[in-house]
Amino acid sequence: MKKSEVPQDKSNLESANFRELCYAVDENGEYTTENSTGWDPKTIALDNAIQDIKERIDAAKKRVEANASSPIDYYMEVNKMDLPILASYVGLWQWRVKRHFKPQAFKKLNTKILQKYADVFDITIEQLQDIDKNI
Amino acid sequence: MKIDFTHHQSAHCENGVVSNLLKHKGYQISEPMVFGIGSGLFFVYIPFLKVNHAPVVSFRPMPGIIFKRFAQRVGIKVKRFKFRNESSAEKALEAELKRDNPVGLQVGVYHLSYFPDEYRFHFNAHNLVVYGKEEDTYLISDPVMETTTTLTKKELNRVRFAKGAMAPKGHMYYPIEFPKELQLESAIIKGIKTVCRDMLAPVPYVGVRGMRTIAKLIRKWPEKKGVKVANHYLGQLVRMQEEIGTGGGGFRFIYGAFLQEAAVLLKKPKLKELSLEITEIGDSWRDFAIDASRIYKNRSSELDAYNKIADQLVALSNREEVFFKKLKKAI
Repeated sequence: MKKSEVPQDKSNLESANFRELCYAVDENGEYTTENSTGWDPKTIALDNAIQDIKERIDAAKKRVEANASSPIDYYMEVNKMDLPILASYVGLWQWRVKRHFKPQAFKKLNTKILQKYADVFDITIEQLQDIDKNI
Repeated sequence: MKIDFTHHQSAHCENGVVSNLLKHKGYQISEPMVFGIGSGLFFVYIPFLKVNHAPVVSFRPMPGIIFKRFAQRVGIKVKRFKFRNESSAEKALEAELKRDNPVGLQVGVYHLSYFPDEYRFHFNAHNLVVYGKEEDTYLISDPVMETTTTLTKKELNRVRFAKGAMAPKGHMYYPIEFPKELQLESAIIKGIKTVCRDMLAPVPYVGVRGMRTIAKLIRKWPEKKGVKVANHYLGQLVRMQEEIGTGGGGFRFIYGAFLQEAAVLLKKPKLKELSLEITEIGDSWRDFAIDASRIYKNRSSELDAYNKIADQLVALSNREEVFFKKLKKAI
């Protein structure tokens, strides 16, 4: 890649006001570095991945509303987690977390365990119990 | 307390932290040099495992290994700590800062507040340097950022104790012992040998043969998994190749920069020629990303398009096979 060819496309990096570093060759064939604001093929891939996460969150929301799943399922997707990651954050076995996905089991949880989940998701217990209260 | 530490931006966090810590100690080692000696160029497909709901393909070896190899090969000793709880991790960090010693930390990306939201995902092998503390705020030099930044005590503890795969457990490290003069020449040769060995490995999941395996899979994806999933897989592949930290072209350009430096140090002009060649290969990797993005952008269902980019990948693997054979001979 020539230095002049380092892509300067619009991307999500802009929001945080930073540019990434790329290695490229200058006019004399010597390696140097240049900052890049982003590159479309990457941005599209990232946008698609984000879209995918949104779809997963929506699907989880519908499950919770249909009472087929507990809010933990929904908040797990919101936090881009999967079962092993969530279990490791709350410090419980995976099968226990999976059980808490059941609305019946979730209702019976004590405050201590609820607080653990709320801390991991960075929300209050109230928000944890009612996904409509999530901002 | 604030240590007089110079921040240099780098393409990849691990090389960047090593290079910045060494520069602080007065050794002028560039990022590509760390990358090359640590044999950072790699390709692996891990079957049966999924991350982000897609197959795992990596253009780099296991996190931490570049630094480990680099330190071994140039003769630096590194002291490493892991902690059980936040308070002891915090105490140890502060003791080092008081001694005017900037330290490297392994952290999780998800709770890094200064990253753009879209880039925050659960990945636990990011690296940064802490070089001071003012009241309750730590001064941070994150090598992928353009400038230095800060994290509050709470934020730093959170990223140091991120959970999940490869949990950092407060991992803190810094170099303690240096040889009188860094023996770069022999280290460079070792670094190049390892890369050639890995990229030409006779297993279907690693190196050029790994690329061919992926190419075969790409041809099958649209029929076997449906267009939506196939496009998702392809997008993930391009992200691994081009995302922050690779410097573009799946690390090929950083490697090109390394070979150029090595050509001068070893007085082998042949390496300079090879640097040009890997740069061209890197350009073709970018063409591959462009063509792949056309597919997942339009969400097009042409089966032929998948075959075409699979062909491109096979062509890349063939060129790299020739390249690494030449590189092996050149040293």
